[in-house]
Parts: sequence; C-alpha cells; structure tokens
Amino acid sequence: MIRNISCKINGKSMTLVVDVRQSLIEVLRENGYTSVKEGCGVGECGACTVLVDDVPLDSCLYLAVWVDGRSIRTAEGETKEGKLSAVQQAYLDKGAVQCGFCTPGLIMSSTAFVEQHKGSKVSRDEIRRGHAGNLCRCTGYEDIIRAVEQCLGDAEDKDPDEGLVCESS
Amino acid sequence: MFDLDSYHKANTVEEAVALLSQNPKAIPIAGGTDVLVRLNQRHPDYRHLVDIHDVAELKEIVMTPDGTIMVGSGATFTSLMESRIITDNIPVLSEGASWVGGPQVRNMATVGGNICNGVPSADSAAPLLVLNAVVLLKGPQGERRLPLHEFYQGPGRVDRQPAEIMTALQIAPGDYRGWSARYYKYAMRDAMDIATIGCAAACTLKGDSVSKLRLAFAVAGPTPLRCWKTEEKARGAVVNQSLMQLIRDSVLDDLRPRDSWRAPKAFREHIIKTLAERVLQKALNQCGVSLS
Repeated sequence: MIRNISCKINGKSMTLVVDVRQSLIEVLRENGYTSVKEGCGVGECGACTVLVDDVPLDSCLYLAVWVDGRSIRTAEGETKEGKLSAVQQAYLDKGAVQCGFCTPGLIMSSTAFVEQHKGSKVSRDEIRRGHAGNLCRCTGYEDIIRAVEQCLGDAEDKDPDEGLVCESS
Repeated sequence: MFDLDSYHKANTVEEAVALLSQNPKAIPIAGGTDVLVRLNQRHPDYRHLVDIHDVAELKEIVMTPDGTIMVGSGATFTSLMESRIITDNIPVLSEGASWVGGPQVRNMATVGGNICNGVPSADSAAPLLVLNAVVLLKGPQGERRLPLHEFYQGPGRVDRQPAEIMTALQIAPGDYRGWSARYYKYAMRDAMDIATIGCAAACTLKGDSVSKLRLAFAVAGPTPLRCWKTEEKARGAVVNQSLMQLIRDSVLDDLRPRDSWRAPKAFREHIIKTLAERVLQKALNQCGVSLS
C-alpha cells in the first residue's frame, strides 16, 4: 500500500513515500513538522489544522495521498528567516497563547481567515465563526480574536476589555 | 495508521463503479470526515475503500439552460456556501451548509456523504427535502434517479446499492423559482454540534394565501422527514395567525421524535412546534409578508 507522492511543504518541493493508510498528520510529523498536533484525532479540536492549497483542514481526517500535487502550509513555515508572520506576531503581542498546544492549529486557521478577509470589514462574530473549528481550553478565545483584529488592521478603536464579561458575585 | 484491508483510487465515476463492483465490501470515501472517524474507531465495515476524493466530475455545481440545478455529490459544504448558483437561486442550501461543523470540516465534507450516510441529523437534508431534490445514482446497470425522500429508508440506511455512486442532487426550476425557503438548526452550540432539531420551510404565495407549503425536519424521526399532512392542510390557507396555529397543531402528526441523550422527546416536540412556525415566518418575511 505504498505510494510515491509529490507535494510542496512550506514552499519546498518534496517527494514522499507514504502508505495509503496514513493520515496527513502522521506523515507531517514523521517528516519533522511537529508543530502539527494531534488532539482528538476525529476532526473536532482543530489542533492539527494545516492549509492545503491555502484551505484550512484537519490533517487527522485527511489521507496523506490526497496531498499529491498540492501545497501544504504548517505553522513552522509561516516564520520566514527567523521573522514571525503577522499572525504569529499578533498572537505574541496580544498574549493569545497559554499552554500552546492548540496554537499552531489556531495560527493556521487565523492565517487562512486573515488572507481571506484582508481589507474587508469583519465582525467579531465572523472571526468567532471563522475559528469555530479550533478548541482552546486556556485562553477563553478573547485574546485570539484581538490578535486576528490586529492583523486585519481593525484593532485601534477597540476597548481592550470589550467582549469580556466580568460578573461579581 | 488507519486499519485498511484494501484501497483503490478512482479518477472517474466509471472507474469508481467498476472498483465497487469488484468488491462488495468496498465503500466510497469522498471528504473522509465520516469514514476516517469510523476507521479511527476501528469500525469493521470500513476496511475496504474506493477513493473518490479527486473525481472532478463529482464536484461540479452547474445550472442547465432550463434552470435545473445539478449539485455534484462531491461538492463540499464550503463550495455550497460560495457557489453563486446556490446562493443566488437556492440560498436555503447555503444556509444549511453554513451550520455544518466548523470551517475545516466544511472544507472537506461533501453533500453526497452527508446524504449517503443516512443520518437523521444531516444539515443539508431538510433544505434539499423542501427543494424536492432528486438523487442521481450511477451503477453497473446504468443511471437511476429517485426523489430524496424515497432515498431515505431508515436510520443510517439509504437506497444506494453497494456498487452505486451518488453522482448529483438535481433541483428543478419549478422547485425554487417563486419559492421562498429558510433553514434553522437548533443545537446546544452554534458550531461543531449536531442538531437537536433542524427545520426547513418553503412556500409560494398566491395573493394573501399559501399556494404551496413544504416543511422538513432533521432529527425528528429515524430519517430526515417531510411533513406531508401539514403541507396538505396548509394548501390555500390565508396567511394569518390561524395558519400558524394549524401548523403547530398538525406538525407532530408527521414526525416521530424520540428521547436521546441529546434531548428528551418532549423537549424536541416543543422545539419542533416552535421552529415550524418561526422558520415559516422567516420564509414569509423573505417574500415580504409579515404576520405582526
């Protein structure tokens, strides 16, 4: 069940020998792309999100053979010559990272979302819906949304605590 | 690694049918969001795959000159949300697609898989039922077509023979031109959730009366269901509060909701009555009729 496939990973052309039974996440991690995390393994948590031809998808529910002839992007490829991408920098600026396990997947969802919506007016609700396939159990998502707003150039006028509900008992 | 016994890739529908004919145990895999989850759980029925992921002819969404819309079974939910043919003519299907899972799942999962897995909770099912969609299948004996409501046979069971491929869902111009249709999904979460109840309503008006009404529900019976009795009762009725009362009183006669860990039957019945009225109101509002 072995196949030879060609694809690009983070801009680099590769020829890979894969088993048809392997998921994309297995092949990526075997080849050193360990930013791609396996959380649930069934397409619910989004920790394994990568871009295939710039489209975000769960690499745990994607056969490795399907990337033949396609381009894959992972979080490590977003950093170019030591410089973080705008999305990665925004996550850092806004403190949108806590334990970090969901972060590479979220970064890729944000990257696709920002590329798709650059220059258009986007509501917080749309940002939330655009990240609905990624679970984060630490941050409460607010700082992630702020990071995306920063990337979309929409953050200046916003009250930093907007959207946070603090209830005193 | 997924535990497979055999794997064959098809590049055309013909190849897929031939491969399925050679192995009665084989099942088609398109988006993979159901099949690979089953395999992850080591389900014994999914060990032989015919891969139709890259069959280009299945992904097309086209309108023929007479206005018939053909939605390829391999069209992803994202493509249903983005196709101008869908959003301009049958936006109720885009609305249904937009409720499925999250962005990653919608980028992979296909409408054909959503229907062929036979689940009562399919978000594309109720919209397609009120559009009177016709299922197109191709098998060793040639082509076959049947209305979607007849395609559904029971929980997890549809009328697809083991060597058949669902190629498309066909919607006739008379089933969307002049119609107003909406879908609403009631679930515990706004994303990544399975419907507690899904409801689609479609109507055409003649003056201040309902010319035709179509109502369909997900998770309100063993399969997605049309509400034939209620639709018949509403035919010709003046649009007012007593029509809404008629629908509330009648809709449960068409459905068979049950208790599950997601929701008790009584709660589902309440949601069904509420949604029947609310979603029809949305459809009516869309064609400029307001009840208040």
